[in-house]
Amino acid sequence: MSSASRVLPGFGLSLGFTLAYLSLIVLIPLSAVFFKTATMDFERFWSVVASDRVVASYKLSFGMSLLAAAINVVFGLMLAWAIVRYSFPGKKIVDALVDLPFALPTAVAGISLTALYAPNGWLGQLLEPLGIKIAFGPYGVLVALVFIGLPFVVRTVQPIIEDFDIGFEEAAASLGASRWQTFRRVVFPALLPALLTGFALAFARAVGEYGSVIFIAGNIPFVSEITPLMIITRLEEFDYEGATAIASVMLIVSFILLLVINLLQGWTARSTRRSA
Amino acid sequence: MTSAGSPLAGRLSVSSTHFEDRLATRDSTFVKALILTLSLSFFALFVVLPLILVFVEAFRKGGETYIASLTDPDAISAIKLTLLAAAIAVPLNLIFGISAAWAIARFEFRGKQFLITLIDLPFSVSPVVAGLIYVLLFGAHGWFGGWLQANDIKIIFAVPGIVLATIFVTFPFVARELIPLMQSQGREEEEAAIILGASGLQTFWRVTLPNVKWALLYGVILCNARAMGEFGAVSVVSGHIRGETNTMPLHVEILYNEYQFAAAFAVASLLAFLALVTLFLKTYVEWQVERNVAVENDK
Repeated sequence: MSSASRVLPGFGLSLGFTLAYLSLIVLIPLSAVFFKTATMDFERFWSVVASDRVVASYKLSFGMSLLAAAINVVFGLMLAWAIVRYSFPGKKIVDALVDLPFALPTAVAGISLTALYAPNGWLGQLLEPLGIKIAFGPYGVLVALVFIGLPFVVRTVQPIIEDFDIGFEEAAASLGASRWQTFRRVVFPALLPALLTGFALAFARAVGEYGSVIFIAGNIPFVSEITPLMIITRLEEFDYEGATAIASVMLIVSFILLLVINLLQGWTARSTRRSA
Repeated sequence: MTSAGSPLAGRLSVSSTHFEDRLATRDSTFVKALILTLSLSFFALFVVLPLILVFVEAFRKGGETYIASLTDPDAISAIKLTLLAAAIAVPLNLIFGISAAWAIARFEFRGKQFLITLIDLPFSVSPVVAGLIYVLLFGAHGWFGGWLQANDIKIIFAVPGIVLATIFVTFPFVARELIPLMQSQGREEEEAAIILGASGLQTFWRVTLPNVKWALLYGVILCNARAMGEFGAVSVVSGHIRGETNTMPLHVEILYNEYQFAAAFAVASLLAFLALVTLFLKTYVEWQVERNVAVENDK
Protein backbone atom coordinates (compact mmCIF):
# COMPACT_ATOMS: atom_id res chain seq x y z
CA MET A 1 0.00 0.00 0.00
CA SER A 2 1.19 3.51 -0.61
CA SER A 3 2.32 5.52 2.38
CA ALA A 4 -0.22 8.25 1.54
CA SER A 5 -3.12 5.97 2.45
CA ARG A 6 -1.44 4.87 5.67
CA VAL A 7 -3.34 6.93 8.19
CA LEU A 8 -2.66 4.90 11.31
CA PRO A 9 0.60 5.36 13.22
CA GLY A 10 2.89 2.78 14.75
CA PHE A 11 3.57 0.40 11.87
CA GLY A 12 7.35 0.44 12.23
CA LEU A 13 7.27 0.23 16.00
CA SER A 14 4.71 -2.58 16.27
CA LEU A 15 6.16 -4.70 13.46
CA GLY A 16 9.70 -4.09 14.68
CA PHE A 17 8.87 -5.14 18.23
CA THR A 18 6.90 -8.16 16.98
CA LEU A 19 9.79 -9.39 14.83
CA ALA A 20 12.41 -8.72 17.52
CA TYR A 21 10.44 -10.51 20.25
CA LEU A 22 9.56 -13.41 17.94
CA SER A 23 13.22 -13.81 16.96
CA LEU A 24 14.56 -13.63 20.50
CA ILE A 25 12.06 -15.95 22.15
CA VAL A 26 11.20 -18.40 19.35
CA LEU A 27 13.25 -18.30 16.15
CA ILE A 28 16.82 -17.98 17.43
CA PRO A 29 16.38 -20.56 20.21
CA LEU A 30 14.70 -23.02 17.81
CA SER A 31 17.46 -22.56 15.25
CA ALA A 32 19.93 -23.71 17.93
CA VAL A 33 18.57 -27.24 17.47
CA PHE A 34 19.49 -27.28 13.79
CA PHE A 35 22.86 -25.59 14.24
CA LYS A 36 23.78 -28.07 16.94
CA THR A 37 22.58 -30.99 14.79
CA ALA A 38 24.58 -29.69 11.83
CA THR A 39 27.81 -29.94 13.84
CA MET A 40 27.28 -33.69 14.33
CA ASP A 41 28.65 -36.05 11.74
CA PHE A 42 25.96 -38.02 10.00
CA GLU A 43 26.91 -41.42 11.37
CA ARG A 44 26.65 -40.19 14.94
CA PHE A 45 23.32 -38.50 14.14
CA TRP A 46 21.94 -41.64 12.51
CA SER A 47 23.14 -43.90 15.31
CA VAL A 48 21.04 -41.82 17.71
CA VAL A 49 17.85 -41.18 15.75
CA ALA A 50 17.70 -44.68 14.24
CA SER A 51 18.68 -46.65 17.34
CA ASP A 52 16.30 -49.48 18.20
CA ARG A 53 15.05 -47.92 21.39
CA VAL A 54 14.33 -44.55 19.76
CA VAL A 55 12.65 -46.20 16.76
CA ALA A 56 10.44 -48.14 19.19
CA SER A 57 9.50 -44.79 20.75
CA TYR A 58 8.53 -43.34 17.33
CA LYS A 59 6.29 -46.32 16.71
CA LEU A 60 4.61 -45.91 20.09
CA SER A 61 4.28 -42.11 19.89
CA PHE A 62 2.98 -42.04 16.34
CA GLY A 63 0.82 -45.16 16.63
CA MET A 64 -0.88 -44.13 19.83
CA SER A 65 -1.25 -40.50 18.69
CA LEU A 66 -3.00 -41.67 15.51
CA LEU A 67 -5.25 -44.01 17.45
CA ALA A 68 -6.05 -41.37 20.09
CA ALA A 69 -6.86 -38.76 17.43
CA ALA A 70 -9.11 -41.28 15.65
CA ILE A 71 -10.97 -42.05 18.89
CA ASN A 72 -11.32 -38.32 19.51
CA VAL A 73 -12.79 -37.78 16.04
CA VAL A 74 -15.51 -40.37 16.66
CA PHE A 75 -16.46 -39.32 20.19
CA GLY A 76 -15.66 -35.64 19.64
CA LEU A 77 -18.08 -35.49 16.70
CA MET A 78 -20.82 -37.15 18.77
CA LEU A 79 -20.17 -34.82 21.69
CA ALA A 80 -20.16 -31.70 19.51
CA TRP A 81 -23.34 -32.88 17.79
CA ALA A 82 -25.03 -33.53 21.16
CA ILE A 83 -24.02 -30.10 22.50
CA VAL A 84 -25.31 -28.20 19.46
CA ARG A 85 -28.34 -30.23 18.45
CA TYR A 86 -29.82 -31.76 21.60
CA SER A 87 -31.06 -30.31 24.84
CA PHE A 88 -30.13 -32.29 27.94
CA PRO A 89 -29.66 -31.42 31.60
CA GLY A 90 -26.23 -30.07 32.47
CA LYS A 91 -25.45 -29.17 28.88
CA LYS A 92 -23.90 -25.80 29.71
CA ILE A 93 -21.57 -27.50 32.21
CA VAL A 94 -20.57 -30.19 29.71
CA ASP A 95 -19.91 -27.49 27.12
CA ALA A 96 -17.67 -25.58 29.55
CA LEU A 97 -15.89 -28.71 30.82
CA VAL A 98 -14.94 -29.85 27.30
CA ASP A 99 -11.96 -27.51 27.63
CA LEU A 100 -10.83 -29.06 30.92
CA PRO A 101 -8.04 -31.14 29.29
CA PHE A 102 -6.78 -27.87 27.91
CA ALA A 103 -6.98 -25.93 31.20
CA LEU A 104 -5.88 -28.69 33.57
CA PRO A 105 -2.09 -28.81 34.00
CA THR A 106 -0.76 -31.93 32.31
CA ALA A 107 0.98 -33.19 35.45
CA VAL A 108 -2.35 -33.13 37.30
CA ALA A 109 -4.03 -35.01 34.47
CA GLY A 110 -1.16 -37.47 34.49
CA ILE A 111 -1.31 -38.43 38.16
CA SER A 112 -5.11 -38.44 38.15
CA LEU A 113 -5.42 -40.76 35.14
CA THR A 114 -2.73 -42.99 36.63
CA ALA A 115 -4.59 -43.26 39.94
CA LEU A 116 -7.81 -43.96 38.03
CA TYR A 117 -6.43 -46.74 35.82
CA ALA A 118 -3.82 -48.27 38.16
CA PRO A 119 -4.63 -51.87 39.13
CA ASN A 120 -6.05 -50.65 42.47
CA GLY A 121 -7.74 -47.56 40.99
CA TRP A 122 -11.46 -46.87 40.52
CA LEU A 123 -11.46 -48.08 36.92
CA GLY A 124 -8.31 -50.21 37.01
CA GLN A 125 -9.76 -52.65 39.54
CA LEU A 126 -12.80 -53.18 37.32
CA LEU A 127 -10.64 -53.83 34.28
CA GLU A 128 -8.02 -56.01 35.91
CA PRO A 129 -10.24 -59.13 36.34
CA LEU A 130 -10.99 -58.83 32.62
CA GLY A 131 -7.27 -59.04 31.92
CA ILE A 132 -7.12 -55.45 30.66
CA LYS A 133 -4.08 -53.52 31.82
CA ILE A 134 -4.18 -49.80 31.15
CA ALA A 135 -1.79 -47.98 33.48
CA PHE A 136 1.97 -48.61 33.22
CA GLY A 137 1.83 -49.84 29.63
CA PRO A 138 1.16 -48.68 26.06
CA TYR A 139 -2.61 -48.35 26.64
CA GLY A 140 -1.91 -45.92 29.45
CA VAL A 141 -0.23 -43.72 26.84
CA LEU A 142 -3.37 -44.02 24.70
CA VAL A 143 -5.69 -43.00 27.56
CA ALA A 144 -3.61 -39.90 28.35
CA LEU A 145 -3.47 -38.88 24.67
CA VAL A 146 -7.24 -39.33 24.26
CA PHE A 147 -7.74 -37.09 27.30
CA ILE A 148 -5.58 -34.21 26.06
CA GLY A 149 -6.83 -34.41 22.45
CA LEU A 150 -10.58 -34.24 23.02
CA PRO A 151 -11.09 -30.43 23.04
CA PHE A 152 -9.24 -30.03 19.74
CA VAL A 153 -11.81 -32.08 17.82
CA VAL A 154 -14.91 -30.81 19.66
CA ARG A 155 -13.95 -27.14 19.39
CA THR A 156 -13.04 -27.42 15.71
CA VAL A 157 -16.24 -29.21 14.69
CA GLN A 158 -18.72 -27.50 17.02
CA PRO A 159 -18.78 -24.06 15.30
CA ILE A 160 -19.21 -25.74 11.91
CA ILE A 161 -22.25 -27.67 13.17
CA GLU A 162 -23.59 -24.44 14.71
CA ASP A 163 -23.21 -22.52 11.45
CA PHE A 164 -24.48 -25.31 9.21
CA ASP A 165 -27.42 -24.05 7.17
CA ILE A 166 -30.34 -26.33 8.05
CA GLY A 167 -31.93 -25.37 4.74
CA PHE A 168 -29.74 -28.09 3.21
CA GLU A 169 -31.14 -30.68 5.59
CA GLU A 170 -34.70 -29.50 4.93
CA ALA A 171 -34.11 -29.63 1.19
CA ALA A 172 -32.71 -33.16 1.43
CA ALA A 173 -35.63 -34.28 3.60
CA SER A 174 -38.20 -32.73 1.30
CA LEU A 175 -36.60 -34.51 -1.65
CA GLY A 176 -37.18 -37.80 0.14
CA ALA A 177 -33.81 -38.53 1.73
CA SER A 178 -33.82 -40.46 4.98
CA ARG A 179 -32.23 -38.85 8.01
CA TRP A 180 -29.19 -41.13 7.67
CA GLN A 181 -28.84 -40.38 3.96
CA THR A 182 -29.05 -36.67 4.72
CA PHE A 183 -26.35 -36.96 7.35
CA ARG A 184 -24.06 -39.08 5.21
CA ARG A 185 -24.46 -37.17 1.95
CA VAL A 186 -25.18 -33.61 3.08
CA VAL A 187 -24.06 -32.94 6.64
CA PHE A 188 -20.98 -35.14 6.92
CA PRO A 189 -19.21 -33.81 3.79
CA ALA A 190 -19.63 -30.29 5.18
CA LEU A 191 -18.07 -31.35 8.49
CA LEU A 192 -15.24 -33.35 6.95
CA PRO A 193 -12.65 -30.54 6.62
CA ALA A 194 -13.20 -29.54 10.26
CA LEU A 195 -13.01 -33.17 11.38
CA LEU A 196 -9.71 -33.65 9.59
CA THR A 197 -8.39 -30.38 11.03
CA GLY A 198 -9.42 -31.51 14.52
CA PHE A 199 -7.76 -34.85 13.89
CA ALA A 200 -4.52 -33.18 12.81
CA LEU A 201 -4.56 -30.77 15.78
CA ALA A 202 -5.16 -33.59 18.26
CA PHE A 203 -2.45 -35.68 16.59
CA ALA A 204 0.09 -32.84 16.60
CA ARG A 205 -0.53 -32.17 20.27
CA ALA A 206 -0.35 -35.88 21.13
CA VAL A 207 2.99 -36.47 19.41
CA GLY A 208 4.72 -33.83 21.53
CA GLU A 209 2.82 -34.45 24.76
CA TYR A 210 4.92 -35.20 27.80
CA GLY A 211 3.42 -34.29 31.20
CA SER A 212 0.25 -36.34 31.18
CA VAL A 213 1.89 -39.39 29.61
CA ILE A 214 5.02 -40.04 31.67
CA PHE A 215 3.11 -40.82 34.87
CA ILE A 216 0.76 -43.38 33.36
CA ALA A 217 3.09 -44.91 30.74
CA GLY A 218 5.33 -46.85 33.11
CA ASN A 219 8.19 -45.86 30.74
CA ILE A 220 9.39 -49.38 29.99
CA PRO A 221 12.16 -49.37 27.33
CA PHE A 222 10.96 -50.67 23.92
CA VAL A 223 7.39 -50.97 25.30
CA SER A 224 6.01 -47.72 26.65
CA GLU A 225 8.60 -44.99 26.14
CA ILE A 226 7.40 -41.98 24.14
CA THR A 227 9.77 -39.95 21.95
CA PRO A 228 9.82 -36.80 24.15
CA LEU A 229 10.94 -39.04 27.02
CA MET A 230 13.90 -40.22 24.90
CA ILE A 231 15.04 -36.57 24.76
CA ILE A 232 14.74 -36.29 28.54
CA THR A 233 16.66 -39.55 29.02
CA ARG A 234 19.53 -38.25 26.88
CA LEU A 235 19.54 -34.95 28.77
CA GLU A 236 19.74 -36.74 32.10
CA GLU A 237 22.84 -38.53 30.79
CA PHE A 238 24.23 -35.09 29.78
CA ASP A 239 24.21 -36.32 26.16
CA TYR A 240 23.15 -32.97 24.69
CA GLU A 241 24.04 -34.02 21.13
CA GLY A 242 21.82 -37.08 21.33
CA ALA A 243 18.94 -35.09 22.83
CA THR A 244 19.29 -32.47 20.10
CA ALA A 245 19.37 -35.07 17.33
CA ILE A 246 16.06 -36.56 18.49
CA ALA A 247 14.64 -33.05 18.98
CA SER A 248 15.52 -32.16 15.38
CA VAL A 249 13.52 -35.15 14.15
CA MET A 250 10.56 -34.08 16.30
CA LEU A 251 10.83 -30.48 15.10
CA ILE A 252 10.77 -31.53 11.45
CA VAL A 253 7.66 -33.60 12.14
CA SER A 254 6.11 -30.57 13.89
CA PHE A 255 6.83 -28.33 10.90
CA ILE A 256 5.27 -30.83 8.50
CA LEU A 257 2.19 -31.11 10.72
CA LEU A 258 1.97 -27.32 10.98
CA LEU A 259 1.97 -27.11 7.19
CA VAL A 260 -0.70 -29.82 6.85
CA ILE A 261 -2.88 -28.12 9.48
CA ASN A 262 -2.56 -24.75 7.73
CA LEU A 263 -3.69 -26.34 4.47
CA LEU A 264 -6.60 -28.09 6.23
CA GLN A 265 -7.67 -24.87 7.96
CA GLY A 266 -7.63 -23.07 4.62
CA TRP A 267 -9.82 -25.83 3.20
CA THR A 268 -12.22 -25.58 6.19
CA ALA A 269 -12.50 -21.82 5.77
CA ARG A 270 -13.16 -22.11 2.03
CA SER A 271 -15.80 -24.82 2.38
CA THR A 272 -17.53 -22.90 5.21
CA ARG A 273 -17.75 -19.83 3.01
CA ARG A 274 -19.18 -21.92 0.18
CA SER A 275 -21.95 -23.42 2.27
CA ALA A 276 -22.79 -20.16 4.06
CA MET B 1 -2.40 -23.45 16.04
CA THR B 2 -2.52 -26.31 18.44
CA SER B 3 -4.60 -24.40 20.91
CA ALA B 4 -8.10 -25.70 21.36
CA GLY B 5 -11.06 -23.74 20.28
CA SER B 6 -12.14 -21.36 17.64
CA PRO B 7 -11.24 -17.74 18.20
CA LEU B 8 -13.69 -15.93 20.39
CA ALA B 9 -14.79 -13.64 17.56
CA GLY B 10 -18.26 -14.23 16.19
CA ARG B 11 -19.39 -16.98 18.53
CA LEU B 12 -23.15 -17.12 18.66
CA SER B 13 -24.77 -20.33 19.77
CA VAL B 14 -28.21 -21.34 18.57
CA SER B 15 -30.67 -22.95 20.92
CA SER B 16 -30.96 -26.69 20.31
CA THR B 17 -34.77 -26.49 20.32
CA HIS B 18 -34.30 -24.73 16.99
CA PHE B 19 -33.25 -28.13 15.61
CA GLU B 20 -35.40 -30.41 17.71
CA ASP B 21 -38.66 -28.64 16.79
CA ARG B 22 -38.15 -29.18 13.06
CA LEU B 23 -38.92 -32.47 11.41
CA ALA B 24 -36.04 -32.19 8.94
CA THR B 25 -33.35 -31.67 11.56
CA ARG B 26 -34.81 -33.83 14.32
CA ASP B 27 -32.99 -37.09 15.00
CA SER B 28 -35.04 -40.13 15.96
CA THR B 29 -35.38 -40.80 19.68
CA PHE B 30 -33.22 -43.90 19.32
CA VAL B 31 -30.39 -42.07 17.55
CA LYS B 32 -30.55 -39.23 20.03
CA ALA B 33 -30.45 -41.63 23.00
CA LEU B 34 -27.56 -43.56 21.45
CA ILE B 35 -25.44 -40.50 20.71
CA LEU B 36 -26.14 -38.95 24.10
CA THR B 37 -25.32 -42.18 25.94
CA LEU B 38 -22.09 -42.82 24.05
CA SER B 39 -20.78 -39.28 24.05
CA LEU B 40 -21.70 -38.48 27.65
CA SER B 41 -20.34 -41.81 28.99
CA PHE B 42 -17.10 -41.11 27.16
CA PHE B 43 -17.07 -37.60 28.58
CA ALA B 44 -17.75 -38.82 32.14
CA LEU B 45 -15.05 -41.47 31.88
CA PHE B 46 -12.33 -39.32 30.37
CA VAL B 47 -13.02 -35.83 31.73
CA VAL B 48 -15.33 -35.79 34.75
CA LEU B 49 -13.94 -38.80 36.62
CA PRO B 50 -10.27 -37.66 36.57
CA LEU B 51 -11.40 -34.26 37.85
CA ILE B 52 -13.41 -35.72 40.73
CA LEU B 53 -10.60 -38.10 41.61
CA VAL B 54 -8.15 -35.23 42.16
CA PHE B 55 -10.33 -33.74 44.90
CA VAL B 56 -11.24 -37.10 46.49
CA GLU B 57 -7.58 -38.15 46.70
CA ALA B 58 -6.57 -34.71 47.99
CA PHE B 59 -8.86 -35.04 51.01
CA ARG B 60 -8.40 -38.77 51.53
CA LYS B 61 -6.22 -38.29 54.60
CA GLY B 62 -8.35 -35.52 56.00
CA GLY B 63 -8.32 -31.75 56.06
CA GLU B 64 -5.31 -31.51 58.31
CA THR B 65 -2.99 -33.35 55.93
CA TYR B 66 -4.44 -31.25 53.14
CA ILE B 67 -3.63 -27.97 54.88
CA ALA B 68 -0.21 -29.27 55.95
CA SER B 69 0.64 -30.21 52.36
CA LEU B 70 -0.21 -26.75 51.11
CA THR B 71 1.53 -24.83 53.89
CA ASP B 72 4.74 -26.86 53.67
CA PRO B 73 7.62 -24.41 52.97
CA ASP B 74 8.53 -26.23 49.74
CA ALA B 75 4.92 -26.04 48.57
CA ILE B 76 4.73 -22.35 49.36
CA SER B 77 7.94 -21.58 47.51
CA ALA B 78 6.60 -23.61 44.55
CA ILE B 79 3.38 -21.56 44.59
CA LYS B 80 5.39 -18.33 44.73
CA LEU B 81 7.60 -19.35 41.81
CA THR B 82 4.57 -20.36 39.72
CA LEU B 83 2.94 -16.98 40.41
CA LEU B 84 6.20 -15.17 39.58
CA ALA B 85 6.65 -16.98 36.26
CA ALA B 86 3.07 -16.20 35.26
CA ALA B 87 3.40 -12.59 36.45
CA ILE B 88 6.32 -12.08 34.05
CA ALA B 89 5.23 -14.25 31.12
CA VAL B 90 1.62 -13.09 30.82
CA PRO B 91 2.24 -9.29 30.63
CA LEU B 92 5.12 -9.75 28.18
CA ASN B 93 3.04 -11.95 25.89
CA LEU B 94 0.14 -9.52 26.27
CA ILE B 95 2.29 -6.63 25.03
CA PHE B 96 3.57 -8.82 22.23
CA GLY B 97 0.02 -9.90 21.30
CA ILE B 98 -1.21 -6.31 21.06
CA SER B 99 1.82 -5.24 19.08
CA ALA B 100 1.59 -8.18 16.66
CA ALA B 101 -2.15 -7.71 16.17
CA TRP B 102 -1.70 -3.98 15.52
CA ALA B 103 0.96 -4.62 12.87
CA ILE B 104 -0.85 -7.52 11.22
CA ALA B 105 -4.47 -6.36 11.36
CA ARG B 106 -3.93 -2.66 10.64
CA PHE B 107 -1.28 -2.67 7.90
CA GLU B 108 -0.54 -4.50 4.66
CA PHE B 109 2.88 -6.01 4.16
CA ARG B 110 4.45 -8.95 2.40
CA GLY B 111 4.84 -12.23 4.27
CA LYS B 112 1.99 -11.49 6.66
CA GLN B 113 0.51 -14.97 6.46
CA PHE B 114 3.93 -16.47 7.07
CA LEU B 115 4.37 -14.25 10.13
CA ILE B 116 1.05 -15.48 11.54
CA THR B 117 2.22 -19.07 11.07
CA LEU B 118 5.50 -18.31 12.84
CA ILE B 119 3.64 -16.79 15.80
CA ASP B 120 1.68 -20.05 16.18
CA LEU B 121 4.88 -22.10 16.02
CA PRO B 122 5.39 -22.59 19.80
CA PHE B 123 2.07 -24.47 19.97
CA SER B 124 3.33 -27.15 17.61
CA VAL B 125 6.67 -27.66 19.34
CA SER B 126 6.82 -30.36 22.00
CA PRO B 127 7.22 -28.84 25.49
CA VAL B 128 10.34 -30.97 25.98
CA VAL B 129 11.93 -29.43 22.87
CA ALA B 130 10.86 -25.98 24.12
CA GLY B 131 12.89 -26.57 27.27
CA LEU B 132 15.81 -28.10 25.40
CA ILE B 133 16.35 -25.08 23.14
CA TYR B 134 17.12 -22.87 26.14
CA VAL B 135 19.52 -25.47 27.52
CA LEU B 136 21.31 -25.38 24.15
CA LEU B 137 21.60 -21.60 24.38
CA PHE B 138 22.24 -20.96 28.05
CA GLY B 139 23.28 -24.33 29.54
CA ALA B 140 26.84 -24.98 30.75
CA HIS B 141 27.81 -26.32 27.29
CA GLY B 142 25.52 -23.98 25.36
CA TRP B 143 26.27 -21.08 23.01
CA PHE B 144 26.36 -18.51 25.80
CA GLY B 145 27.21 -20.98 28.58
CA GLY B 146 30.86 -19.97 28.91
CA TRP B 147 30.12 -16.26 28.94
CA LEU B 148 27.30 -16.67 31.48
CA GLN B 149 29.51 -18.76 33.74
CA ALA B 150 32.33 -16.20 33.51
CA ASN B 151 29.91 -13.49 34.59
CA ASP B 152 28.30 -15.68 37.23
CA ILE B 153 24.82 -15.53 35.69
CA LYS B 154 22.64 -18.62 36.02
CA ILE B 155 19.74 -19.11 33.63
CA ILE B 156 19.40 -22.87 33.32
CA PHE B 157 18.51 -24.70 36.56
CA ALA B 158 17.48 -21.29 37.86
CA VAL B 159 14.47 -18.98 37.82
CA PRO B 160 15.27 -17.09 34.55
CA GLY B 161 15.20 -20.39 32.62
CA ILE B 162 11.81 -21.25 34.05
CA VAL B 163 10.48 -17.82 33.10
CA LEU B 164 11.88 -18.13 29.55
CA ALA B 165 10.38 -21.59 29.03
CA THR B 166 7.03 -20.30 30.33
CA ILE B 167 7.14 -17.33 27.94
CA PHE B 168 7.84 -19.70 25.04
CA VAL B 169 4.96 -22.10 25.66
CA THR B 170 2.44 -19.28 26.22
CA PHE B 171 3.80 -17.10 23.41
CA PRO B 172 0.88 -17.20 20.90
CA PHE B 173 -2.16 -17.08 23.23
CA VAL B 174 -3.02 -13.36 23.21
CA ALA B 175 -1.89 -12.74 19.63
CA ARG B 176 -4.03 -15.54 18.18
CA GLU B 177 -7.17 -14.14 19.85
CA LEU B 178 -6.54 -10.53 18.83
CA ILE B 179 -5.34 -10.97 15.24
CA PRO B 180 -8.51 -12.54 13.72
CA LEU B 181 -10.80 -10.23 15.69
CA MET B 182 -8.96 -7.03 14.74
CA GLN B 183 -8.74 -8.20 11.13
CA SER B 184 -12.50 -8.73 11.00
CA GLN B 185 -13.20 -5.34 12.59
CA GLY B 186 -11.27 -3.41 9.97
CA ARG B 187 -9.43 -0.15 10.53
CA GLU B 188 -12.12 2.45 9.68
CA GLU B 189 -12.90 3.42 13.29
CA GLU B 190 -9.26 4.02 14.16
CA GLU B 191 -8.65 5.92 10.93
CA ALA B 192 -11.61 8.16 11.70
CA ALA B 193 -10.21 8.87 15.17
CA ILE B 194 -6.79 9.79 13.77
CA ILE B 195 -8.26 12.01 11.06
CA LEU B 196 -10.36 13.78 13.69
CA GLY B 197 -7.13 14.63 15.49
CA ALA B 198 -6.68 11.92 18.14
CA SER B 199 -3.14 10.81 18.87
CA GLY B 200 -2.05 7.23 18.29
CA LEU B 201 -2.21 6.38 21.98
CA GLN B 202 -5.58 8.06 22.44
CA THR B 203 -6.92 6.09 19.50
CA PHE B 204 -5.59 2.88 20.97
CA TRP B 205 -7.04 3.49 24.46
CA ARG B 206 -10.39 4.95 23.38
CA VAL B 207 -11.16 3.03 20.19
CA THR B 208 -9.12 -0.15 19.81
CA LEU B 209 -9.05 -1.36 23.39
CA PRO B 210 -12.81 -1.12 24.07
CA ASN B 211 -13.42 -3.05 20.84
CA VAL B 212 -11.11 -5.92 21.71
CA LYS B 213 -11.32 -6.03 25.51
CA TRP B 214 -13.13 -9.38 25.71
CA ALA B 215 -10.81 -11.12 23.28
CA LEU B 216 -7.89 -9.63 25.16
CA LEU B 217 -9.19 -10.93 28.47
CA TYR B 218 -9.90 -14.32 26.87
CA GLY B 219 -6.33 -14.59 25.61
CA VAL B 220 -4.93 -13.52 28.99
CA ILE B 221 -7.03 -16.14 30.83
CA LEU B 222 -5.82 -18.96 28.57
CA CYS B 223 -2.24 -17.66 28.64
CA ASN B 224 -2.27 -17.54 32.43
CA ALA B 225 -3.68 -21.06 32.79
CA ARG B 226 -0.96 -22.51 30.61
CA ALA B 227 1.74 -20.41 32.30
CA MET B 228 0.81 -21.76 35.72
CA GLY B 229 0.32 -25.33 34.56
CA GLU B 230 3.27 -25.89 32.25
CA PHE B 231 5.22 -29.02 33.09
CA GLY B 232 7.39 -30.43 30.29
CA ALA B 233 9.30 -27.32 29.23
CA VAL B 234 9.80 -26.10 32.77
CA SER B 235 10.87 -29.56 33.89
CA VAL B 236 13.78 -29.57 31.42
CA VAL B 237 15.21 -26.21 32.53
CA SER B 238 14.40 -26.40 36.23
CA GLY B 239 16.86 -28.89 37.68
CA HIS B 240 14.20 -29.65 40.33
CA ILE B 241 15.91 -27.85 43.20
CA ARG B 242 13.45 -27.94 46.08
CA GLY B 243 12.46 -24.59 47.50
CA GLU B 244 14.32 -22.85 44.68
CA THR B 245 13.40 -23.94 41.15
CA ASN B 246 10.26 -25.97 41.71
CA THR B 247 6.99 -24.76 40.28
CA MET B 248 3.68 -26.21 41.44
CA PRO B 249 3.41 -28.85 38.68
CA LEU B 250 7.01 -29.93 39.37
CA HIS B 251 6.28 -30.09 43.09
CA VAL B 252 3.33 -32.38 42.32
CA GLU B 253 5.68 -34.66 40.40
CA ILE B 254 8.26 -34.83 43.20
CA LEU B 255 5.65 -35.61 45.86
CA TYR B 256 4.06 -38.23 43.62
CA ASN B 257 7.38 -39.94 42.90
CA GLU B 258 8.05 -40.04 46.65
CA TYR B 259 4.71 -41.84 47.13
CA GLN B 260 3.31 -38.91 49.11
CA PHE B 261 0.06 -39.27 47.19
CA ALA B 262 -2.21 -37.25 49.50
CA ALA B 263 0.21 -34.30 49.43
CA ALA B 264 0.69 -34.61 45.66
CA PHE B 265 -3.07 -34.55 45.09
CA ALA B 266 -3.49 -31.68 47.56
CA VAL B 267 -1.18 -29.46 45.48
CA ALA B 268 -2.78 -30.91 42.32
CA SER B 269 -6.22 -29.94 43.64
CA LEU B 270 -5.09 -26.34 43.86
CA LEU B 271 -4.09 -26.49 40.19
CA ALA B 272 -7.36 -28.25 39.30
CA PHE B 273 -9.27 -25.50 41.13
CA LEU B 274 -7.34 -22.97 39.08
CA ALA B 275 -8.37 -24.82 35.91
CA LEU B 276 -12.03 -24.67 36.97
CA VAL B 277 -11.76 -20.93 37.66
CA THR B 278 -10.18 -20.55 34.23
CA LEU B 279 -13.07 -22.41 32.57
CA PHE B 280 -15.61 -20.36 34.51
CA LEU B 281 -14.03 -17.05 33.47
CA LYS B 282 -13.68 -18.28 29.90
CA THR B 283 -17.37 -19.25 29.76
CA TYR B 284 -18.34 -15.90 31.32
CA VAL B 285 -16.39 -14.00 28.66
CA GLU B 286 -18.04 -16.09 25.92
CA TRP B 287 -21.49 -15.22 27.32
CA GLN B 288 -20.62 -11.54 27.39
CA VAL B 289 -19.53 -11.68 23.77
CA GLU B 290 -22.62 -13.63 22.70
CA ARG B 291 -24.79 -11.06 24.45
CA ASN B 292 -22.98 -8.22 22.72
CA VAL B 293 -23.33 -9.92 19.34
CA ALA B 294 -27.03 -10.49 20.02
CA VAL B 295 -27.51 -6.82 20.98
CA GLU B 296 -25.66 -5.73 17.81
CA ASN B 297 -27.89 -7.96 15.69
CA ASP B 298 -31.04 -6.55 17.29
CA LYS B 299 -30.08 -2.99 16.41
